[in-house]
Amino acid sequence: MTKTTILAALLATPALLGSSIVLADATHRTKAIETIKRDFQPRGQADLDRLAEDGVQAICNRTGNNPSGDIVKTLEADQLAGVKYPADNKLMGDWKAGEKLAQSGRGFTWSDKPGLPVGGNCYNCHQISPKETAYGTVGPSLLHYGKLRGNTPEMQKYTFNKIFNSKAYNLCSDMPRFGHAGALKPEQIKDLVALLLDPESPVNK
Amino acid sequence: MERSPPQQTLAGRLAILGTLGALAFSVSAVAQQELDHAKADAEFAKFRAEMEDSNPAELFELKGEELWKAKRGPKNVSLAESCDVGLGVGKLEGAYVINPRYYPDADKVMDVERRIVWCMTEKQGFKFGDIAKKPFASGNYTPEVTSLVTFVAGHSRNMKFAAPIKDPKVREVYEIGKEITAYRAGPYDFSCNTCHGSDGKRIRMQNLPNLSTPEGSLKGVMGWPGYRMTGGVMLTSQWRMNDCFRQQRFPEPKYVSDTVTALLTYMTVNANGYTYKGPGIKR
Repeated sequence: MTKTTILAALLATPALLGSSIVLADATHRTKAIETIKRDFQPRGQADLDRLAEDGVQAICNRTGNNPSGDIVKTLEADQLAGVKYPADNKLMGDWKAGEKLAQSGRGFTWSDKPGLPVGGNCYNCHQISPKETAYGTVGPSLLHYGKLRGNTPEMQKYTFNKIFNSKAYNLCSDMPRFGHAGALKPEQIKDLVALLLDPESPVNK
Repeated sequence: MERSPPQQTLAGRLAILGTLGALAFSVSAVAQQELDHAKADAEFAKFRAEMEDSNPAELFELKGEELWKAKRGPKNVSLAESCDVGLGVGKLEGAYVINPRYYPDADKVMDVERRIVWCMTEKQGFKFGDIAKKPFASGNYTPEVTSLVTFVAGHSRNMKFAAPIKDPKVREVYEIGKEITAYRAGPYDFSCNTCHGSDGKRIRMQNLPNLSTPEGSLKGVMGWPGYRMTGGVMLTSQWRMNDCFRQQRFPEPKYVSDTVTALLTYMTVNANGYTYKGPGIKR
C-alpha cells in the first residue's frame, strides 16, 4: 500500500460512518465481501492482497460509484497529490511510442509475465486514432482530442494527470489509475499524452 | 447470363457508379465501422449455425454419458444411480435449467458443475483435490467433469431457464451474487460491472453484455458449456467465470466456490424465462 492509499483509507472510513448515505444493501454487500475473501487463491502475479479495497474503492463500492459531500473533493485532491512527473518535467513525448503502448492490452493478469512493461490498454475502451477501427466503447471517444482542446501546458498537465490517476478528477471513474497502480511510468504516460495532444498525431489529423 | 437493359448506356452506367460512389462516401466513418462490427457478428452467427449441424459439443455429451453411467471411483457406483442434479437421482430431462438450486444434503446452493463434483466426491469417493487440480480443458485435455456437465446440459436443450428464485436460500445467494458484480478492487479498480454494467459497450470489437438485464445475463449463460473456437476446447460456465476474474486482474477463484455459484445464480435467475439452446459453440 502506498502512502496515498493508506491516507485515502483513513479518510474514507470515518466519513462513511458519519455520512447519511443510505446503504441500500449493506448486508448482502458485507456477505459478498466475506465470500470473496474466502474464495480466492493466489495465482501467478495475482496475490490475495488484490482483493482488498483501498480508500477510493471502498467509498465507490459503498455508494454505487456515486459518492457525495466534501469527502469527494478531499479524496480527489489526495489522488492528485500522488501524481509523479517525468524527471525532465516535459509532459509531451513521442506519439508513435504512445500509439504502440495504446495498442497493447497486456499486463497484470495472472497469466501475464510479472513485471513491466505492461500495455496502456487504451484501445480496449477508447476510440483514438482514426486508423484503428477495432476500438472499445467503455470510455468516451478520444478522436480529435487535441484538435478540440488545444495542447496548452494546462491541457498537457490535465491529460497527464488523468492517465496517471483518473480518480483525481472523477473519484469513481471506470478508468484504471495507470500511474498510481504502477502499470505505466511517467515517461510512458508522456508518450500517451503526445498521442492525444501532438498536432502531428493521427488523432488530431 | 447477363443482359444489359437497353436504356443502360455507358453514360447511364457511369451515372449509376457515380451515385453508388457518392452513397459510399456519404456513409460516415463511424457508421462504416458499425457496419463492419455488425458484419463480423453476422458472419460468426452464420458460421455458428453451420457448425451446429455437426455440433462438436455432442462429442463431449457422448463422452459424458459414458462417464455418467459407468460405476467408478473408490466406492464403485455410477452417477446415474447416485447423483441428484435437481429432479431426483438419475433424472436429467430439464435439470440443467433449474440450477443453480439449493441442495439440502449438501446444505448449499450449487450450480450443475459444482453439484456433479459434489456427487463425485460424496457418492463415488473421488478426492476433491484431484478433481480441482486441473479443472478446465486445455490442449487435448478435457476434464471428466466438463464432459459430464455437457452431458447433463444437453438434456435441457431448448428449455426455459427456471432457477428457483422463490426459494429464500437461492434468493440470498442471488443477492450476494449481485453485490459481487459491483465489487471493485485490484490494480485496475475493476468490478464485473465496469465492463458488464451498462448497455451497448465493447472491449475492442467484443460486445459486452449488460448482466443487469435479462438479455445480457442470457448472453452470459447461453452457449455454455461451449466448444470454444479459440483453442478448440470444451469449456464450462465455471471456466468462463474464472477467466472473467483473470481479466479483472483478480487472483483466481477456487474451483466450484460460493463466489462462482453466486455469479451463476445471479445471471441464470436474470435469464429465467428465456430458452437455453444447449451446449454450443463460442468464439
